[in-house]
Amino acid sequence: MTQEKDTAQDEVRAKGEGTEQAIEEIYADAVHWHVNTGGETIHAMRIGGRFRRLKWYAGALWLSYFLLPYVRWEGQQAILFDVPGRQFHFFSLTIWPQDIWMLSLVLILLAMTLFGVTAVAGRVWCGYFCFQTVWTDWFTWLEDKIEGNPIQRRKLDAAPWGAHKITLKLFKHAIWMLIAVVTGVTFAAYFTDAFDLWYRYITLDAPMVAWVVLAAFVFGTYVFAGFMREQVCFWLCPYARIQSVMMDKDTIVPTYDEARGEPRGKVKGKIERGDTTARGDCVDCHLCVGVCPTGVDIREGLQEGCIMCGMCIDACNGVMGKVGRPGDLIRYTSRKELSGERLPYWLKRPRVLTYLTIFTLAVSGITYGLTHIPPVELSIVHERQPLYLQMSDGSIQNKYTIKAVNKTPDDLHLRVSIEGLDGVELRIDGGHEVLLRAGKLIPIHAYLRAMPTQLSEENSKIRFVFESVGSPDKISLTKGSVFIGPKK
Amino acid sequence: MAKQDKQPQHAPDTGHEWDGIRELTNPPPRWWMISFHASWIFCVVYFILYPSIPLVNEATKGVLGWTQIGELNEAVAENDKIRAPFLKQVAQMNGQQLLADDGMRNFAESSAKAIYGDNCAGCHGAGGEGAPGLFPVLADDDWLFGGDIDTITESIADGRMGQMPAHAEMLSPDEIGQLADMVLAASEGKATPEQFAQFNDIGCSGCHGEDAAGGVINDLGNGAANLTDRIWRFSNSREEIIRTISYGVNQEDVPNTRVAIMPAFGEKLSPEDIKMLAVKVHQFGGGK
Repeated sequence: MTQEKDTAQDEVRAKGEGTEQAIEEIYADAVHWHVNTGGETIHAMRIGGRFRRLKWYAGALWLSYFLLPYVRWEGQQAILFDVPGRQFHFFSLTIWPQDIWMLSLVLILLAMTLFGVTAVAGRVWCGYFCFQTVWTDWFTWLEDKIEGNPIQRRKLDAAPWGAHKITLKLFKHAIWMLIAVVTGVTFAAYFTDAFDLWYRYITLDAPMVAWVVLAAFVFGTYVFAGFMREQVCFWLCPYARIQSVMMDKDTIVPTYDEARGEPRGKVKGKIERGDTTARGDCVDCHLCVGVCPTGVDIREGLQEGCIMCGMCIDACNGVMGKVGRPGDLIRYTSRKELSGERLPYWLKRPRVLTYLTIFTLAVSGITYGLTHIPPVELSIVHERQPLYLQMSDGSIQNKYTIKAVNKTPDDLHLRVSIEGLDGVELRIDGGHEVLLRAGKLIPIHAYLRAMPTQLSEENSKIRFVFESVGSPDKISLTKGSVFIGPKK
Repeated sequence: MAKQDKQPQHAPDTGHEWDGIRELTNPPPRWWMISFHASWIFCVVYFILYPSIPLVNEATKGVLGWTQIGELNEAVAENDKIRAPFLKQVAQMNGQQLLADDGMRNFAESSAKAIYGDNCAGCHGAGGEGAPGLFPVLADDDWLFGGDIDTITESIADGRMGQMPAHAEMLSPDEIGQLADMVLAASEGKATPEQFAQFNDIGCSGCHGEDAAGGVINDLGNGAANLTDRIWRFSNSREEIIRTISYGVNQEDVPNTRVAIMPAFGEKLSPEDIKMLAVKVHQFGGGK
């Protein structure tokens, strides 16, 4: 991706005095680069450089999305959202619906990461890692390979339909569609056995919901990455709308150094090479606009379309090299830095510290949650109608329904006893030992009896104690409840 | 579809102009027009396929023949299909077996919830707590006819109607008062041998047993109440006890008699439903 342009630049530098020709080249395409007004497809030029490489590396992390469903761990799919079974498997962990509170912490954690990163370096999430921009990047890269560079693409779009155009377009859309299908199948594969799913898709034997998910993802991928592209960032994405509240004068974003660049003007011949007295450094080649995937002109300052991917920095540095002026006319910098102030160390900014604190709290909560998943999830429901009942011997009976979910892979025998109320008599169908089948929820009725003389108050706090019998790991659980008697 | 001009100032106008404001004839954007046409086409197709246009008596039926009740029936049929194997098991198992099997007991209890709510809860309360003085508590361990699962099943299927004769014309008010005192004492376990002797002499023991412990403990099957426990079928006030002794229970032609009739559900409910109801009643907390 980066080689062609890099080598081109190197050659130019090597020639030294051949810059005149290079300068001519800079302007050759300038007429084609204009600012996005929403009316037409943006065909951004692809130029190599530091940030272009970074974007590839960051995007490559998404390859793991395609591979993870096929990873097996301890004999089963490593990552599996088992919706019918109401379990989420993540390697050795099994998360039950009762543990779902951790999900809110995960969401907070993700939000804080996004906020923190935005406070430090703006919308780099958008620029380098967002699935919308990454998939769009792959799609446009293919487009570039198949249909040629932006100028050729515009020409092709305007050309009448012929065999050549149809072939190219069909080929492009077929490959796009292929990526969309693989994206869709991969998503569905996180919810069921991945290999079995492929087999069922291929034999047209998949359940309805699998087809719906696939259709939604194929359609979404194909339309969003193939056609909507930067329009999604402009007017569909909520994050793009709220990002401005997270940025301030300390946030480093791709910025055009106006003081150095203006007044801009085209360079002519070698006279102005290295001469920065008469004019600013900007040679007005429009290349920064030409490479912008959202079609903004960074020289106008920070704006809503900028996803801060740094493509314009790569382009500008290339041009500055050619005309022999210092680079970084466009660079990642903050408003404060640009006005000559010293930028505080990023960790010392209260905004970043706040995000970091919430982030740490969320991480602690998740760590606690993951290390404290109870082997048995208990809930004890006290019968409400009637709250208590007099029995024939004058004793008071309370009824409870114990709902116990055995989260371990083995059956469990638990012995039940009561603490907190002396002389209370426990009756459970089938004795004081209950059998909890692995992975099952079974409601169990428990009846407690006490003589009114034993009750010192209307509501007595009691505890159900469950202790494992015979299993190798000792399990002991207590769950509070209440014993209700007549008014005192 | 006419192509929309993105630059309004270039758009064609109608020639109307007021104070420099031109009336444009710029067509709506293409996507809007596509959505518009798709919308009305959808409506027409929908009107043809589904019931839609209200006529005098009923709406047009639509060529698919879809109805709300039809969809409901399908859903019910699907649910019945899932339940069928379990109901078959209920039919094959007896009450004790249902109680002994965790899964089936759960199924029976859950299934009986709605049946109980429709047929039983009106008198006996949602949790079997009864209504003081009127309808018996089902959740306690005192039973008039028996608290084992088979007897409960029988009570639901065939109904119950216990009898107690009126004694107002047989006994003097004094004797009735003494009997009421005896019954009150017996429930606390404090009745004297003399009181028991009088109880036997008058003939109460014929139904309630010599120990006054009622029809279930003495295995009489007559529905006579246990007078020695803390549970009162009607009331524990002396006046109310006197009323019960004086006018009896379920006596024809006795104006003040107590009415205590459990209707039979054998005709109304299926044997499986009754079996599952019995499990639920048994599990209220007093089953034997």
